[in-house]
Formats: sequence, C-alpha cells, structure tokens
Amino acid sequence: MSTVFIALQANEDTRPIVEAITADNPQARINEAPAMVKIDAEGRLTVRRASIEERIGRDFDLQELHINLISLSGNIDETDDELTLSWHA
Amino acid sequence: MHIDLRTVSIKPLRHTFDHVARRIGGDKPASRYQEGTFDLQATDNFHYRPTWDPQHDIFDASRSAIRMADWYAFKDPRQFYYGAYTLARAKQQDTAESNFDFVESRGLAADLPVELRDTVLKLLVPLRHVAWGANMNNAAICAYGYGTAFTQPCIYQSMDQLGIAQYLTRVGLLLGDVEVLDDAKAAWMSDDAWQGLRRYVEDSFVVKDPFELYVAQNVALDGLLYPLVFEAIVDDVLAAKGGTAVAMLTQFMTDWYGETKKWVDATVKTAAAESAANKAQLEKWIAHWRDRAAVALLPVARIALAGGADAALEDVVQQFNTRLAKAGVAL
Repeated sequence: MSTVFIALQANEDTRPIVEAITADNPQARINEAPAMVKIDAEGRLTVRRASIEERIGRDFDLQELHINLISLSGNIDETDDELTLSWHA
Repeated sequence: MHIDLRTVSIKPLRHTFDHVARRIGGDKPASRYQEGTFDLQATDNFHYRPTWDPQHDIFDASRSAIRMADWYAFKDPRQFYYGAYTLARAKQQDTAESNFDFVESRGLAADLPVELRDTVLKLLVPLRHVAWGANMNNAAICAYGYGTAFTQPCIYQSMDQLGIAQYLTRVGLLLGDVEVLDDAKAAWMSDDAWQGLRRYVEDSFVVKDPFELYVAQNVALDGLLYPLVFEAIVDDVLAAKGGTAVAMLTQFMTDWYGETKKWVDATVKTAAAESAANKAQLEKWIAHWRDRAAVALLPVARIALAGGADAALEDVVQQFNTRLAKAGVAL
C-alpha cells in the first residue's frame, strides 16, 4: 500500500488536531520538523471532527484545518465530520 | 555564482518545563494552557500567616471543605489561559458590537411594542446588580481558592460577569434613558420581586468556603438564572412576542452560558469523582443553593411570564438536575 500524508504548521491551533489524528490513526507516523508537523500513514489517514472538539472544548469546523494546512497527499474524501486521505486504487 | 539551499533541522533540547513534563509524562510538547496553569500556585516560603486570618496560610487549601489530593486535577475544557481567553472574548465582543449596531441603526428598539419594552427593562436592567455580585464572588473564589487550575478560570468568569453587567446597562440605555438605571436600582433595593434574589446575592458575599461560593454562584445561581432568563424568557417567550431584537442584544449571555457551563460541569465532576466525602458535600451544597435560587428567581420570572413562571422554573430546575446528574452529583 502507498503512503498518504498531511503536513500542518506546528502551533497552538494544530496541537489538538495532531493529537486527535495520532489517537485516531494508530498507523500514523508523526514527524516533527521545525515549525511543521508531517504525518505519514500507510494506506489511509482520517481526521475526525469529534476527536478535535473533545480536545479543545468548543465546536470545530473541519474547514478550520485549512488555515494551518501546508500540504497533503492522497485522494480526499470529505464530510462535515471526517476528512479521509487515501489512494483510490 | 552558485547558491546551495540546504535545510537544517534543529532538534530542540527540551520541549517544555520540567514541572510540566513531570505532570504530562516525558519530554513532550505541552500546550500553552498546560504551561500557563500547572503548578503556578505559590506553595512555599510563607513565613507569616496573614494577620486577618491566622488560622490559615496565605494560600491554604484547607479553606475549603472540598479535599483534593491534587488541585491540578481540575481542567478547563475551554483551555483558557490569558491569551486564549482574551482572543475568544475579543471575537465575541465584535459580534456583540455589530448586534448592537444593527439594532440601533435600523431603529429596531423603537419598533418594540411598548409593553414588551417595559417588561425587558424591568427584567433585565436590575440583573446588572446580580452580575456585579457574580463579579465579586468569582474574584473572591480566585483570591481564597487553591491551585491555578481551579482559580484561574474564576478570574475570567469574574471579568465576564463585569462585561455582562455592562451589556445589560447598554440594553437599558438603548431601550430607555439614563433614568432606567436609577429605576432598576430602586427596584433592586426595594421592589418585592427582587428582594429574594438580592438576599441570595448578599448572603453569598459572606460565604467563606471558596468551593461553596463556587457552588452558590457558578453552579446554582447561574445554572438557573441564565437558562431561565436568557433562554426560556428572552429567546423563546419574548422573541415570539416581537422581541427578536432583544435576543440579539443578549446573544453574548446565551453563548457565554453555553460555553461556561462546560467548565462548571467539568469542575463539579472532577471534585465529585475525587472522593465520596466530596460528593456528599457537593450534593448537600448544590441542593441547598439550588432550592434557595429557585425560590429567589420565581418572582423575577413572574415579571415576564406572570402565570407561566412556575412551569418555566420547574422546567429549568429539571434540566439543572439532569445536567448535574451527568456531572456525577445526584440531587
């Protein structure tokens, strides 16, 4: 299987997002670069709104992700609740 | 000339402070909330006890009957430290300002039915004295409570209540004139409808135990007052009678209550889960102050609801009990 990734700026806004991704995707590898967090995962990677909300104690719109998004790879499957990266074979 | 661009990654020597690392385990990056909260309470080197209270140290956990092995077990789900708090409120203030502008510029206040306008003035403007009491109480909890995780959000709460008092004043000034403030003060001081609530507020000023004061103010009084006045009365009843403009002016209070109750619930839950003794103490306090608050709020609810006040209040108390049951306190 091939790898997908999402790269986010490393700051106070993305810390709970990275935590949520780590918790939801056991296969994910976190690479912390200066000012950037790149998360690689084999096959697929899911960002769940509910897990982020749990960590920040307020409502979260998944679109807020884009403010701190640097880059990503994979086909995107997006709903209000989840953003999933994977390669459609 | 030839220039090579090369990336050098610099590994930080450490990710956070030792005392934070000891709490979150390992050398992990900590959130600003964690760094701005953990172990900030001064604990050592107090040689003298305060002359005004020689039974206690200056900062003393034993001022409260609630016992915690670790006062940093409390966690604010909003993760407010100074930066996050001020940013959140600045945003809300922008919204509130544009709501006031909207109502003012379109003359919506003048379009309110006269009877409705009078009800709003009679109900909302005296509440600024209640908000001032809440401001005092939260400052007191912050002063006499123990542990930054517990006290820090209280000073934010205190500032919020001051803001609410100011918004209520502005609602009064928008719908009426300066004399509405004097009328409201006179009602607060001598009108029968307000004396129960005034007594409640004044009695809370002399509660010595900071956690009991927290229960009396943030759990019981706010827990009944806000859903009753700003949700049941303003958003439902008054809006249906043509008072949507009023709901716009009090949007901050509705949003604020929705947000702060998460923190109140988390605080109660943590304290109750600590020990059976804490739980029993909380049950006793909450039941006591809830019943007092309900009695005090009934005549206030009658100002706007007349005959429907009992049913509305009963509803609110019911919701309150369900909410607290979720936080682990059976009433």
